[in-house]
Amino acid sequence: MGRYFFRRFLYSLLTIWLIASVTFFMMHAIPGGPFTREKAIPDEILRVIEAKYNLDAPLYEQYFDYLKGLVTFDLGPSFQKVGTSVNDLIVAGFPNTAKVGFFAILAIIVIGVPVGIVSALKQNKPLDYIVMFGATLGVTIPSFVIATVYIYIFAGKLGWVPPFGLRNAVSYIGPMIALSGYSLSFVARLTRSSMLEILRADYIQTARANGLSEYSVIAKHAVKNAVIPVITYLGPTIAAIMTGSFVVERIFAIPGIGRYFVESVTNRDYTTIMAVTVLYATIYVFMVLLVDIAYALVDPRIRFEKEKA
Amino acid sequence: MNNILLEVSNLRTSFYSHLGEIQAVRGASFQLEKGKVLGIVGESGSGKSVSALSVMGLIQEPGKVKEGSVINFLGRDLTSLSNKAMSKIRGNDISMIFQDPMTSLNPVYSIENQMVEVIQRHQTITKKAAKERAVEMLKLVGIPQPEKRIKNYPHQFSGGMRQRVMIATALSCNPQLLIADEPTTALDVTIQAQILELMKDLKTRISTSIIIITHDLGVIAEICDNIVVMYGGTIMETGTEQDIFYNPQNPYTVGLHQSIPKMNVDEKARLVPIKGSPPDLLHPPIGCPFAGRCPHAMQICLEEQPPTFSISENHTSACWLLHEDAPKVGDYITAEVVSE
Repeated sequence: MGRYFFRRFLYSLLTIWLIASVTFFMMHAIPGGPFTREKAIPDEILRVIEAKYNLDAPLYEQYFDYLKGLVTFDLGPSFQKVGTSVNDLIVAGFPNTAKVGFFAILAIIVIGVPVGIVSALKQNKPLDYIVMFGATLGVTIPSFVIATVYIYIFAGKLGWVPPFGLRNAVSYIGPMIALSGYSLSFVARLTRSSMLEILRADYIQTARANGLSEYSVIAKHAVKNAVIPVITYLGPTIAAIMTGSFVVERIFAIPGIGRYFVESVTNRDYTTIMAVTVLYATIYVFMVLLVDIAYALVDPRIRFEKEKA
Repeated sequence: MNNILLEVSNLRTSFYSHLGEIQAVRGASFQLEKGKVLGIVGESGSGKSVSALSVMGLIQEPGKVKEGSVINFLGRDLTSLSNKAMSKIRGNDISMIFQDPMTSLNPVYSIENQMVEVIQRHQTITKKAAKERAVEMLKLVGIPQPEKRIKNYPHQFSGGMRQRVMIATALSCNPQLLIADEPTTALDVTIQAQILELMKDLKTRISTSIIIITHDLGVIAEICDNIVVMYGGTIMETGTEQDIFYNPQNPYTVGLHQSIPKMNVDEKARLVPIKGSPPDLLHPPIGCPFAGRCPHAMQICLEEQPPTFSISENHTSACWLLHEDAPKVGDYITAEVVSE
């Protein structure tokens, strides 16, 4: 098992390198550069600036320089915010994004999964209909609508929460709802349908036939099987949420890194593009690895096959 | 008559679908004596599995055991018990094993985990003692190296071995009654024989009474003391193994016999299938459920359900041909049964 995961770890590094390389060359293939302005900068000045940032060097040289920086965790200077390094931007923004993201993920797991289970147990009863109606809304209403309505009601009309920023505990609630709304609803639906399928499984009938209590039949025998597809979904979702959302961070004015995903591309801010891409790729790849570990813990069949592999 | 372990009378179980009431079992009555083996035979949809699940109290929504049904188990009417009270009986006094051993064990828990849970549910013993009991049961059903194998997960066992594990679990609390619902159907033929051999062996070694449900007369031929033949949710014929095999008194039973291959018959002779298909239990027939497929059907068979005629002490058959006014089809039955 240890060897398997060591190998998977190496594959993960390889994946991140591939993503970084593809992004690097694609980014340079887009017309324009970090210093292209509507009001054209005189050629001489542009050349000086490009020389300063080494942008006049051949692309392969820039590429190897970049990789060198990456392995030493030096992401380079920001082209937009003169005097700050990309490392500073990430270090300043990522904790805010991660804090909100963590609570959103917590909500997805702690609320989404139990709600799905209860809904399945009450299939075709009023509670099930209400929950599934809510979940359908959650999946279909965009996060910016949820965020705007939330601010309008709770910050504007009622004044219970601050309209922006992360100043106190209650200020986390809004971003958490907006960020988790879709995935929470999706997880509830996924858990419900998975649970309904498992409840019809033969081994559930066996568990009942062996006289196990209804609590054990559900909580022990059904749930562990039912969460397997949910785990699969959660891996990429956690990566996406931990790296923030442009829309949600913009509306709630959270100084996170979500905005860099959009701003850096429109600005051709090469180093920032690379930083957020590599960060997202890293979290994604390791979440997938984590999902595989979780699989092996939940499902012995997978453990067995991997040992043989 | 104090020897009766289970007495089912007038069992009616229906499923309420959006199409209407599907009457899966329509007034079945049978009984089982202590220490005996009862076979319930019938084709798909005859109500045999639903009868067994009704006894277990395992009929799930939208199904329901209807009013008036009595399932008397050692003096208690099981239909009146709550699900909680029933769960104390299930696995402890009455156990059940199912058709498909490949899917009947929970894939994410080890055999030890699953067996110990059942034993500890019904007996107040330590985990260690429960494990010892589980190992002992696995040994009894012929699992090699039970101390080692108990740590394995279901996917590490073959189908036949899984059915042995199912049987071991079912018998681990010394139930008075074991219900085996098509225990060999999903297994290949050599494994079928092994499992049947095991059940025959267990029958002599433990005091558990057994109900075997099957569509295959061959399966129950050697192991059963008494046989119930079910069709269309009703009981067609009951009798001892001798009665059903050598003196069947119901055209449906005869049809079943004719449709199974036999060793000592001319190899060019064709099997005689029962023509047609079973009745629609959403709109069950008014008369005898078999009338539409019966070669001897009369007018009354379509109009009125036949009463149960008693042929001998243990042998009964629901067929109008046994009425004293019925035309004598003569030895329509014995003539077609190949004596062995």
